[in-house]
Amino acid sequence: MIEVEVRYFASMRNPGGPERERVALADADARVLYEQLRARFGWKFDSHAIRLAVNGRMVAWEHPLAEDDEIAFLPPFSGG
Amino acid sequence: MPLRFELTADPIDPAVLRERIEDLDCGAAVIFEGRVRRHNRGRSVDHIVYEAFASVAVPEGLAVAEETARLHDVTRVLIVHRIGKVVLGELAVWVGVTSIHRDLAFQACAFAIASLKARVPIWKHEHYADGGPEWLHPLP
Repeated sequence: MIEVEVRYFASMRNPGGPERERVALADADARVLYEQLRARFGWKFDSHAIRLAVNGRMVAWEHPLAEDDEIAFLPPFSGG
Repeated sequence: MPLRFELTADPIDPAVLRERIEDLDCGAAVIFEGRVRRHNRGRSVDHIVYEAFASVAVPEGLAVAEETARLHDVTRVLIVHRIGKVVLGELAVWVGVTSIHRDLAFQACAFAIASLKARVPIWKHEHYADGGPEWLHPLP
């Protein structure tokens, strides 16, 4: 079991919900964590539409997670 | 200042930014100004709140500027994006590039804004005159 910090951006953050929180997970796999949170929050996006950021860098979904990592699941961008 | 990407919560002053890309060795400067417009998808827009994941957006935006310079042979690339509340008519993003010739500068500017939209983690929270706001998440 490891614990990571998850940051929430844009529509991935529940209105009035926290911008970040600690989350415990049994499997250090970003897809498993994503599906766990998706079930909890009802996120509409499949993981293929989401970019993964770990410790301030965008990385591939295969990137292994470690204790205290800062994780963000980034929905499609709309800057500009 | 040859290659820069910046986020700002303050209004963008295009005259100030234009001076920052001055280059007497270049015959062409191309500037793109992205503004908040009155309508989107049939709804009347009041303002947009831009949110960025700054610690990722800044290095990624700089990578866009560097790639623009490398692929299109331009000398200066300056990209400035607003965060926070931006009202109708205000600039949301400003992209300026300079090059020896105009063709390169046009291509570089188009590449830079397209890359920014695709790669840099910034989101629009669009607020309407008639009802609640929405996050915009365009799928590719």
